[in-house]
Amino acid sequence: MKLIILNDYDQASEWAAKYIRNKILLFRPGPDRYLTLGLPTGSTPMGCYKKLIEYYKMGQISFQYVKTFNMDEYVGLPRDHPESYHSFMWNHLFKHIDIKAENTHILDGNAADLQVECAAFEEKITAAGGIELFVGGIGPDGHIAFNEPGSSLVSRTRVKTLAKDTIMANARFFNGDLSKVPTMSLTVGVGTVMEAKEVMIIITGAHKAFALYKAIEEGVNHMWTVSAFQQHPQTVFVCDEDATLELRVKTVKYFKGMMHVHNKLVEPPPSLSKKN
Amino acid sequence: MPSTKSEAPVTQFTQCRVLREHRLQREDLWVRDGRILDPEKLFFDEQGYADQRVDCEGSIIAPGFIDVQINGGYGVDFSQPSEDVSSGVSFVSQKILQHGVTSFCPTLVTSPPGVYHKVLPQVKVHDGGAQGAGVLGVHLEGPFISAEKKGAHPERFLRTFQSGGIEDLMEAYGSLDNVAMVTLAPELAGSQSVVRELCRRGVTVSLGHSVANLSQAEEAVLHGASFITHLFNAMLPFHHRDPGIVGLLTSDQVPAGRTVYYGMIADGIHTNPAALRIAHRAHPSGLVLVTDAIAAMGLPPGRHTLGQQVIEIQGLHAYVAGTKTLSGSIAPMDMCVRHFKHAAGCSLEEALEAASLHPAQLLGLAERKGTLDFGSDADLVLLDDALNVKATFISGEEVWRKSP
Repeated sequence: MKLIILNDYDQASEWAAKYIRNKILLFRPGPDRYLTLGLPTGSTPMGCYKKLIEYYKMGQISFQYVKTFNMDEYVGLPRDHPESYHSFMWNHLFKHIDIKAENTHILDGNAADLQVECAAFEEKITAAGGIELFVGGIGPDGHIAFNEPGSSLVSRTRVKTLAKDTIMANARFFNGDLSKVPTMSLTVGVGTVMEAKEVMIIITGAHKAFALYKAIEEGVNHMWTVSAFQQHPQTVFVCDEDATLELRVKTVKYFKGMMHVHNKLVEPPPSLSKKN
Repeated sequence: MPSTKSEAPVTQFTQCRVLREHRLQREDLWVRDGRILDPEKLFFDEQGYADQRVDCEGSIIAPGFIDVQINGGYGVDFSQPSEDVSSGVSFVSQKILQHGVTSFCPTLVTSPPGVYHKVLPQVKVHDGGAQGAGVLGVHLEGPFISAEKKGAHPERFLRTFQSGGIEDLMEAYGSLDNVAMVTLAPELAGSQSVVRELCRRGVTVSLGHSVANLSQAEEAVLHGASFITHLFNAMLPFHHRDPGIVGLLTSDQVPAGRTVYYGMIADGIHTNPAALRIAHRAHPSGLVLVTDAIAAMGLPPGRHTLGQQVIEIQGLHAYVAGTKTLSGSIAPMDMCVRHFKHAAGCSLEEALEAASLHPAQLLGLAERKGTLDFGSDADLVLLDDALNVKATFISGEEVWRKSP
């Protein structure tokens, strides 16, 4: 893995956004060559999305030939509910950029048959040629998407019941009313994300520090599902200082020492510097 | 093809601040088929996008202004009986687009039955468009008003209720079709059943040109009255032991769930700014800006006709000729909005809602007018930060733009 450590949330968001920007530019997507991205929701990626929107508005990138697959969606929440993940993606990314609606894919938590919906989602990913870069976050309990502790590390897209911790963490979006928080969700599986060519996990904040420690310094364990990516050939963890608080000093020093190498990945590619 | 479900063109207004949920928000505004469109639904349900983009260059987009009291303008007097009243109404409706007004209630002052019988059938409720602002219905100000508070209305045509019912109204007006509002004095004997009858027919009842005390006014509200015509003017002044009609602003007798709205002429002349602030602070959600504009609005100084009388323009003042009685205002609606914001010290949002949301709520039209909610009619006014009108739209079509 590459562990990228930035000073704060804003810098981490910017690094991640530049990484995605460069991915799009170097891939050179076109009408018969779409770039597929896996995308998360939540407070962690918001800064990254803001930056991507900036790069789009500055004319640096276009999402015309980008396809996206979101990680998850609540079951039973109306699609236009302000807390649905459809609303989140619309308000924080889609409405600000030039992506085509038919190229976005978000699981439908109100589908008549949820199993069929999950299987169909997997098929859509396959039909799109697989996911080039899957971006994700990590829960305080070390989960990726809604793959709560105990989820199989080879799981696929399916219905999951949310853990108590997750419901409590989400209550703040439902006016603190626990009874209003959805209890089930549709989520890509750990196995689904593992099949992406590359995985980028954004982790910021001290409350995520223990989970990061469990995910990269302890063994692969289905209780901390992000640990599965230790066995993926191309994983990038983008963090701020606070998220590294539970790591060994040795780990942090090693990766900080590599920053001058890793920062090359986010320098503007030649096509961009020529433009500007 | 902008969508999988409809061929209709979709317009996206960008670089704008939209008045929505009582706040100015940095959001794009989407329009299709003359109505405000929910872009999220367009995206997810229809895989749709915009055909046309209008760059608003940072302007404010507010719902089009609604003027519920306007007697004429640009030389046209709605109360003058003529063979072709509708072309006069059309002329004014086209002129007021430049003030940001997209809907209005042509107002008739106290007149003899002959005038009502001739004029009313010619003024129909109709939608606005490139030809002019929409007519929501006529506002009949009089003749069932108080002699003591007639203001500029001609005394000889004032009436009282004889039978206390629909017969009085029909005799005076001829018909209530196309009537949106009636102003009357509730202290007139027999008014209660008239108020009830008008409300039953969907006509808004307003109290004005009256010497009613607070309990008489409250009783009228209980029977359905919901508006006060130009607060402070042509009514008893506020008195601390009997606040009169003005007391409705803070009355505890207004039935739950109902609001009493009140018109304010914010031209800097009809109401002292301190009085305007007292009213606004006492009851901000009821304030409705009206122009009460007369035929002389938009015309140079001089003598002009209003109803059955002659008036004289001096600067921004309009008097009954030969007196110092105010005869009406000549300040256009956008000037009233600017003056109101300045005098009341209120927010941009409050000033704009006083000219759009509140009149729509008063007339029971807030489902489709007076807001920029999804599904509402796309009647819009584009303004700069000083609230000067830059462009006006009706049903999503540009109907006026300020020349550079």
